[in-house]
Amino acid sequence: MIDILYFAWVRERIGIPREAVETQAATVAELVGELRAREERYAAAFSDLSALRVALDQDLADFDAPLAGVREVAFFPPMTGG
Amino acid sequence: MAVRVQPGPFDMGEEANAFAAAQTGGMGAIVTFTGVVRDVAGGLEAMEIEHYPGMTERALERIEAQARERWALGDVLILHRHGRMRPDEMIMMVATSARHRGDAFEAAEFLMDYLKSRAPFWKKEHTAQGAGWVAARDEDEDALSRW
Repeated sequence: MIDILYFAWVRERIGIPREAVETQAATVAELVGELRAREERYAAAFSDLSALRVALDQDLADFDAPLAGVREVAFFPPMTGG
Repeated sequence: MAVRVQPGPFDMGEEANAFAAAQTGGMGAIVTFTGVVRDVAGGLEAMEIEHYPGMTERALERIEAQARERWALGDVLILHRHGRMRPDEMIMMVATSARHRGDAFEAAEFLMDYLKSRAPFWKKEHTAQGAGWVAARDEDEDALSRW
C-alpha cells in the first residue's frame, strides 16, 4: 500500500485529500497512468503533467522517479508561497 | 536556527527583537523581510494558504541549510503562516544575521526566492466573485537561476 496525497486544486479536482492505494507501478509516471484510468476526475487532474509537481516521501521528485520503497506520494501544482 | 509554520498571526517587532537578542559572536548585521497579503486585483476578501505538513518544515530546513553553505550566517529565522488571512495581514517573515550586511541581505533574498517556489505552500484568493488558486509565476522560477 502506498499513501497518495493531493493538495490545492489537485485535491479539489479529485475530491479527497489522501487515499491509500494498492499499486504495482514501478515509477511515478506508471502510477499516474493507473490513476488516470480510474475515473474522469483523475484523468482531468492528471491531464497536463507540466502543471503538476510530485514529492516522494516529502522530497520533490521527477515523474520518471522509481517508487520502490516509497511510502508517501504527493501531487500538487507549482508552489506559491512567500 | 528556527523554522516555524503556524496558523496564527505574529508580531514582526517582537520576532525581530527576539531574533536580535539571541545573537552572539559579533553579528554586525541583521536583515528582516516581512511579506504582507496584497490585494492585487481589488476585492480580495481573504487569502487562504494551504501547505503540506511535514514536507513544509523539511523543505524550509533544507533551504536554510543551503543558505548557510553559501553565506557566513549567524542565525536564520523562517516563519510562515497557513490558513486564512485578510489583506494587509502579515504572511511570513525571514531574518538573517551575519557579521557583514552583504551576507545577511543576500541570504535573505535567497531564502525568499527559494521558499516562494520550493516550499509546499499554495495560495487561494477569495473574493466576492468566488475563489481561485494563485498561479505560479515564471518570474518566481526564473529568480532561482540567479543563485
